[in-house]
Amino acid sequence: MWKRHEKFERHSLILVLGIIFVVSIGGLVEIAPLFYLESTIEKVEGVRPYTPLEQAGRDIYVREGCYVCHSQMIRPLRDEVERYGHYSLAAESMYDHPFQWGSKRTGPDLARVGGKYSDSWHHDHLSNPRSVVPESNMPPYRFLARTELDTHAIERRLAALRAVGVPYTNDQIANAKDDLDTQLDAFAGENSPLKKRYGAKVQQRDFDGNPDKVSEMDALIAYLQVLGTMVDFRTYKAEDPENLR
Amino acid sequence: MSERERDDHSGTETTGHEWDGIKELDTPLPRWWLWTWYGSIAVAIVYWILMPAWPGITGYTRGLLGQSDRTDLSGELARLETVRGQGLVKLKVASLAEIEKDPQLQAYALQVGQSVFGDNCATCHGSGGGGARGYPNLRDDIWLWGGSLEEIQHTIRVGVRSGNAHARGENQMPAFGRDQMLTAAQIGDLAEYVMALSGRNADAAAVGRARQTFADQCAACHGPAGAGDRGKGAPNLTDGEWLYGAGREAITAQLFNGRNGVMPAWETRFSPETVKALAVYVHANAAGDSGAPVATTAKNVILLSGAAQAR
Repeated sequence: MWKRHEKFERHSLILVLGIIFVVSIGGLVEIAPLFYLESTIEKVEGVRPYTPLEQAGRDIYVREGCYVCHSQMIRPLRDEVERYGHYSLAAESMYDHPFQWGSKRTGPDLARVGGKYSDSWHHDHLSNPRSVVPESNMPPYRFLARTELDTHAIERRLAALRAVGVPYTNDQIANAKDDLDTQLDAFAGENSPLKKRYGAKVQQRDFDGNPDKVSEMDALIAYLQVLGTMVDFRTYKAEDPENLR
Repeated sequence: MSERERDDHSGTETTGHEWDGIKELDTPLPRWWLWTWYGSIAVAIVYWILMPAWPGITGYTRGLLGQSDRTDLSGELARLETVRGQGLVKLKVASLAEIEKDPQLQAYALQVGQSVFGDNCATCHGSGGGGARGYPNLRDDIWLWGGSLEEIQHTIRVGVRSGNAHARGENQMPAFGRDQMLTAAQIGDLAEYVMALSGRNADAAAVGRARQTFADQCAACHGPAGAGDRGKGAPNLTDGEWLYGAGREAITAQLFNGRNGVMPAWETRFSPETVKALAVYVHANAAGDSGAPVATTAKNVILLSGAAQAR
């Protein structure tokens, strides 16, 4: 065996440099390639940044700690795909900062909950989970419908996300408050500025059943209803060799 | 630096270090441990060769086995189809009526339907399909959109006010109060009128006042006698079934807020054969279909006048 370790043991600077060298091998092999390897970045049609209302809902999702009991990650396993739908793609959470994959499922996975239930069901369920699911052990979030949504910093929230890589345009940031209100207007129409900025699939309606108020419930339901709906899996080619990894 | 020497007591060499007369034994590692370690290294090298492992400049080593979770999954799903085999094939080709007639196939469809229902439908319609306030009961004989196999299948596919191009429910119940279409007094009178329609005690004067309002505002969908209209999903107001609650207060609230049921379209989530199985399951668990309500004007007039007299 090598008998020269004495040099490392007697000179602390050499020891420190040696430790840095050995530990960095792990990072260089496991982390660094993720930044330059093209094949680790999926190109998927349809994924867009969240609208201001959805983003506000996401902030409430994080604030209330929904991720503690709900995951947003359908793994490529038979039983999960049979129950929740197509497995999650990395691209689907590319604009999540931080992502909400989670690691615990006291409640079900929510990666594809968008469109699975009606808005009024979400309202009823969030207000009193046991009114619709008697065996549920989820806590009630009745106050969300009563609480006015705090939108005073919505532009700055989008700007902060842009700083970490979400491609919000100047236009989107400047009109964030208008877009938020437009999304809650069921009669905004197909040519609304919101749809021009975020795509035709954006859902515009009053989400919490109370058009007179912009509540936190509105934002959270808008967020839940978009989860997992951005990618059209009728056109996504899951069997393409480049998608099989 | 002192000399390495052999320790007399253990027969092992020392490291040659000495501190204040204390020497350190250079006991070799246990053989079993050392060989396990070498073995692990060998396994890791075999793993690198067989499995995806090392990143490179433009890609990563795929490994000789070409293993990928997603490929495994599509293989597993294909195997699942084989396991489900004949039942699934038959479900694909058979019509709904044929499925119901063939006891074996029906039993299979019911199994599929039950598991899909439990996972997706029970959240709103209840685990037995018994419904809840705002979510229709699927076990009785009253159907907003029709209770035949084909109608149930269609409703599951396109949903109600779901945003689907063919979704049911173009007509919406207006929020008469919230949107200030009617005054509070008019809504109160209408609630009395609806109470009377379903044969319950009501304020005769209010019923009289509401007669014209009902004809103007409600009859277009619910029919002149309040018997409902399946084409529009307008419920029958003369029976004992109330989606949003039976009492005076619940009726007033519904007149004020005009809640409209929404059911998602499931054709994007389920395969056509799954929808078929679900339709068979729902149909088999329902208590038949009382049929589209017939506008029995005479009966309702009697009810109305009877209710008015009882007052």
